[in-house]
Amino acid sequence: MALITARGLQKRFGDLTAVKGIDVQVEPGEAFGFLGPNGAGKSSTMKMIGCVSPRTAGELSILGLDPATHAAEIKARLGVVPQTDNLDVELSVLENLTVYARFFGISRAEARRRALELLEFVQLTERANDRVEPLSGGMKRRLTIARALINEPEIVLLDEPTTGLDPQARHLVWERLFRLKQRGVTLVLTTHYMDEAEQLCDRLVVMDGGKIVAEGSPRELIERHSTREVVELRFSLNEMDELGSIAEKLDGIAQRIETLPDRLLLYAADGDAAIAEVHARGVVPASVLARRSTLEDVFLHITGRTLVD
Amino acid sequence: MRAWACYHYELIGYRRTWKGSVFSQFIVPVLFMLSIGLGVGTYVDRGGALGAVDYVSYLAPGLLVSTAMQLAVGESTFPVFSNFEWSRYYYAMQATPVRVRDVLGGLLGFLLTRVLVGAGAFLLVMAVFGAVHSPWLLGTLPVAGLVGLACAGPAIAFAARVTSAANFSLMFRFVLIPLSLFSGVFFPVERLPGWLEPLAYVSPLWHAVELSRQFAFGAFTNAASWHAAYLLVWLVAGWFLAHSSFTRRLQK
Ligand SMILES: Nc1ncnc2c1ncn2[C@@H]1O[C@H](COP(=O)(O)OP(=O)(O)OP(=O)(O)O)[C@@H](O)[C@H]1O
Ligand SMILES: [Mg+2]
Repeated sequence: MALITARGLQKRFGDLTAVKGIDVQVEPGEAFGFLGPNGAGKSSTMKMIGCVSPRTAGELSILGLDPATHAAEIKARLGVVPQTDNLDVELSVLENLTVYARFFGISRAEARRRALELLEFVQLTERANDRVEPLSGGMKRRLTIARALINEPEIVLLDEPTTGLDPQARHLVWERLFRLKQRGVTLVLTTHYMDEAEQLCDRLVVMDGGKIVAEGSPRELIERHSTREVVELRFSLNEMDELGSIAEKLDGIAQRIETLPDRLLLYAADGDAAIAEVHARGVVPASVLARRSTLEDVFLHITGRTLVD
Repeated sequence: MRAWACYHYELIGYRRTWKGSVFSQFIVPVLFMLSIGLGVGTYVDRGGALGAVDYVSYLAPGLLVSTAMQLAVGESTFPVFSNFEWSRYYYAMQATPVRVRDVLGGLLGFLLTRVLVGAGAFLLVMAVFGAVHSPWLLGTLPVAGLVGLACAGPAIAFAARVTSAANFSLMFRFVLIPLSLFSGVFFPVERLPGWLEPLAYVSPLWHAVELSRQFAFGAFTNAASWHAAYLLVWLVAGWFLAHSSFTRRLQK
């Protein structure tokens, strides 16, 4: 049985419809991702799943229960990492965990035991008795993640868990989330980092303007929406204005050619073969790079390259 | 119980600042008693306006409940606003099985504790100033608790609705201070200009002052239970007001 099922799920704020009828199904033990540009409706969806924002229309079932009628029961079994940290910065690191544990009815002794274990898990043991206020952003984020685990949740909702973290902290978080997944915890996360989605998510959806526009595993999405490889061609400054005509000259070399302000992208199964053909047609780029297609290529292809807001 | 967990949260937060606040809980009444009680009191007593009662004994029970109200309102404005707007901690609580009524219950329980401790300190100061006249004086403690909670409800509702902390200084200036000046703490409300007098009767503080003074002297009138009932109405209405404002703010 799916842990999370949404059918035609909608969220409206006055005149604005943030989520326009989405269908989602998350299976036990899965790591499921929501991708999408700013304002796509990811956080709005996460809040409905977290039972803190009532849905406007559609069906939603979490752990087999309806958030509209069983919010407290569901919340008892969820862990939530919101997009912006909401720790009590006046309290100590340890207190943030033990106090929070009490909200779940966890006894004082058990709360302390779990808190110390979780601080070890997110490598904050040394800061246990420090006030939260002066901690770095990355430390606060790790503490928020630890707090979300205090009730040993079956599902953890993570809204942009690693935004603003340095690479070391990001890798630590990824590694910890991976361990949770191995223990059978179901992860639902949103992210703007395509490498994060590729690393962590078994399956993901791309949202745009409140709708789901693509769905699948990272590999499936790349296969479906991109080619195996991408060749990036850069040109000297005085050729920049002629990129369009250069692209015409290269017509047919790749499955798709995208013209960007500063370079051409050739989507081809075999990058090296495409490069050879470029040279054969007498085009001499300033630099050439053949690489594998990434989720980022898919994402930009689906949601467009222009800023939405 | 979930409300206890919320109460516990408030206490843990208070643990970091309690020393300063307990100290000021003794200092403020001492300063008031010295300056107004003894200073102004000398003139009042010389004039004989209060008959057999000395001004310090008249003033103290009113000041007690007025201080209780200010403490409760103060603790329900900035800290509540901060938990919505700055730390956003209420949103963290919202993600747990804790319900709005638990958060409010914990907060009001904490305010009650604070008010009772403060009022207890006040009674000690009164004893030092020789303003104790009846064992009924202990009855001023529940009156202080009642008026604190009765005023906390609307204050919490206000804090949950405003979008800027600047609104609080307006509230203090135009509601709280006039309320504490014109609710019979320092002089009988009959002395107010006629148009202002009815406003005093609406003020929950006036009812608390009357009730507190009756306890202080152990002399009760028929109005006593009406004063208590009026405060209870504020308490219940304030609870519902706070509850709906809280719920609304959490949806944002
Ligand atoms: N409480 C609210 N009241 C009114 N509008 C809201 C509210 N929350 C979100 N919105 C609007 O709903 C839309 C979707 O917002 P949401 O936060 O879900 O996007 P998102 O995908 O999480 O974006 P981001 O990547 O920037 O976090 C936006 O247009 C936003 O302005
Ligand atoms: Mg978001």
